Amino acid sequence: MSASNGVADAKDPSGFLSEIIGAPVTVKLNSGVVYKGELQSVDGYMNIALEQTKEYVNGKMRKNYGDAFVRGNNVMYISADP
Amino acid sequence: MADPEDTTATSVNEPLDLVRLSLDEVVFVKLRGDRELKGRLHAYDSHCNLVLGDVEETIYFLDDDDPDEENIKTMKKQSEMLFVRGDSVVLISPQAPS
Repeated sequence: MSASNGVADAKDPSGFLSEIIGAPVTVKLNSGVVYKGELQSVDGYMNIALEQTKEYVNGKMRKNYGDAFVRGNNVMYISADP
Repeated sequence: MADPEDTTATSVNEPLDLVRLSLDEVVFVKLRGDRELKGRLHAYDSHCNLVLGDVEETIYFLDDDDPDEENIKTMKKQSEMLFVRGDSVVLISPQAPS
């Protein structure tokens, strides 16, 4: 059915996203602002809920949010922190 | 039969639940164009259209006479009730940032 893409578990992008729920992530927005926190949930619009969120502007930590909802249209990427 | 939104394949918890839990609470909202709002969340929908009460809006801008990145000015505006169109919303947080 599906062509082998070399990734066993995360077959598609949303599969990757559901796999990293609960993990620490970096979210970069189109504006360049970066959020680091624990990924609580993601939906089909790429709306994101983060816990223990730190906001970085120009690489500098600016704010702390306990919880944060990020509207999906602003998202450039979501990266699972190593 | 199947819910069209069922393809999201995440946990039972969805991001907008965070906003739902903040109904009637004071929320912090970050908007496009270097604007922030703090107010009581009266209503929201899936577009992130918001109705806020007792709102303080903070606008960040550079002073024309001193266009130095370090010298950001702020302007505050108060509103009794505000309808925010969802497309300008960047972030919603249940409590004031520290």
